[in-house]
Amino acid sequence: MTAPADFTAAVQSKFSQVTLRPTLDHPAINVPVNDVIPVLKYLRDEFAFDLLMDITAIDWAEGVSPQFTVVWHLHSTSTHAYVRVAADCASDVEPSAPTAVELWAGANWHERETWDLLGIRFTAHPDLRRILMWDEYPYHPLRKDFPLAGIETALPDIEVTEETNAKVIAAPMVGGPFVASNAGEISPSDAEPRAKDESWNERREKPE
Amino acid sequence: MPTEYAFPDAGAKAAAASKEFETEKMSLSMGPSHPSTHGVLRLQMELDGEVLTKCDPVLGYLHRGDEKIAENMTYNQFVPYTDRLDYLAPLANNVAYAIAVERLAKLEVPARCQAIRVICCELARISAHLMGLGAYGIDVGAWSVFLYSFTEREKLYKLFEELTGARFTTSYTRIGGVARDVPDGWIDRVNAFCDQFLPILEETLRLLTRNKIFLDRTVDVGVISKADALSYGLTGPNLRGSGVPLDLRKDRPYSGYEQYEFDVPIGVNGDCYDRYLVRGEEMRQSVRIVKQVIAKFPGGDWYAKDAKKIFGPPKDKVLSSMEELIQNFMLVTEGPQMPAGEVYFEAENPKGILGFFIVSKGGGVPWRMKIRSPSFCNLSILPHVCKGEMISDVVSILGSLDFVMGECDR
Repeated sequence: MTAPADFTAAVQSKFSQVTLRPTLDHPAINVPVNDVIPVLKYLRDEFAFDLLMDITAIDWAEGVSPQFTVVWHLHSTSTHAYVRVAADCASDVEPSAPTAVELWAGANWHERETWDLLGIRFTAHPDLRRILMWDEYPYHPLRKDFPLAGIETALPDIEVTEETNAKVIAAPMVGGPFVASNAGEISPSDAEPRAKDESWNERREKPE
Repeated sequence: MPTEYAFPDAGAKAAAASKEFETEKMSLSMGPSHPSTHGVLRLQMELDGEVLTKCDPVLGYLHRGDEKIAENMTYNQFVPYTDRLDYLAPLANNVAYAIAVERLAKLEVPARCQAIRVICCELARISAHLMGLGAYGIDVGAWSVFLYSFTEREKLYKLFEELTGARFTTSYTRIGGVARDVPDGWIDRVNAFCDQFLPILEETLRLLTRNKIFLDRTVDVGVISKADALSYGLTGPNLRGSGVPLDLRKDRPYSGYEQYEFDVPIGVNGDCYDRYLVRGEEMRQSVRIVKQVIAKFPGGDWYAKDAKKIFGPPKDKVLSSMEELIQNFMLVTEGPQMPAGEVYFEAENPKGILGFFIVSKGGGVPWRMKIRSPSFCNLSILPHVCKGEMISDVVSILGSLDFVMGECDR
């Protein structure tokens, strides 16, 4: 079995556009997004990276280009090496990457999750539905422009929504116990629950 | 009538082949609250008689956005959230997360801390497998196993409570150490637990291992081939049940696992029964590891000395010394300062391999944290493995995959 150290060099000599990616632990490579599937296949077949551990993506926030990087982690059950394969998505508006379902059946759900939470479209994916959020959900919540509290949306159940007009309401973050507020009108007693039941605060005089 | 799937028995095959009856496919939704879906999993099934033609798991009922939350708080603040991933083995999650961040911070923890963590991980493994075993027994109709295994699990939870102050949500590790040292006499009580546990474990497993009903419900049911297991990214006992001897404690040792001797059990057929056997043997091996840790339990510190910038200063000094006060203030408001970079760490948890992929831009908050959850990957094989099985066997397969929705949905 080839030693784990030299597979990055082999990949680089076979695919000229592959570069080394800065890493703190496992070997990592940057791959042009169109070459990802041949590189993954080469790693799987020639260097025994037979286990696809994870597919995810990173949102580098609006204004950075390329904004989205898709990351694959592979593991070898024989050499026990890891490799991180990263590819920048070509478009910042409609990011996409090729699907790895043909190589590993397990890629199916990972890619559905990445589509669901980060909005990376995996081309030629057989069944690219949302997986953790409900099908009609309009946002990709792990993107950096999505607020932590959430955004008001319709309920997953359409019938209930039509009947009641109820909505999924964003969590009240500002004014909550752990969020410092920069809005002037929120007083410390509103933000700190332990002060709530006291009969005096900064607006009411302390009773004699 | 389509016959592309394999029939589980001759009767079903004959009925399909006769073409005497025109059958209609039935849609059936199982869950999200159903005793055998072990949490809030919903299965959208399509049935031809009693045979499944399609099975589509619907996830997300327990999705809390843990990864989003992680991007908005400091590294130590996220420790309690890891309890709620695999809530049947919170200690193992704590340890996996702590080691992942320590890899980022390039921290080495001392031997005593590593030993405490190994004990925690293995006790968590025993308690998770006991839970899985008891629930699996109930799924396939053996109530008494549950009573035996829960009695033992309760003893473990007493030990956890003594160590961490909580039975369930332990939040025991810190970046660069553990929250506190082991209490006096705790190690002896762990040792005593191990001694009395082994005979009870044998007794409990004996209720199932040669039980005719249990064998009928599990042998040759839900067979996962080696190739399928690898292709779907199965890990943990489910992968080993299919005959792949991947165990990161052995193959990429962390937290000092290389010092301990243990065997990695693997299955032959990859059916529900093999996965059960693997979990049973893993509990024996866990006891073996805990005994070895206790035999050479090292002294010294239980947190890394160079973790000063991450670990809070001693509480008694915070209110009396200026430097410690400032340090405490900076840690609480800005979090421990980490170098920029990417790390990916995986630990062998009871349910499989739990991975943390941390992307840091420096500072006290991760830019991106991806949690690779074993239950999510293990469940992804369900549509494949359930096709052509009887509906009653779905319960058996679900139990044998031993997943936790808290971790699957994150």
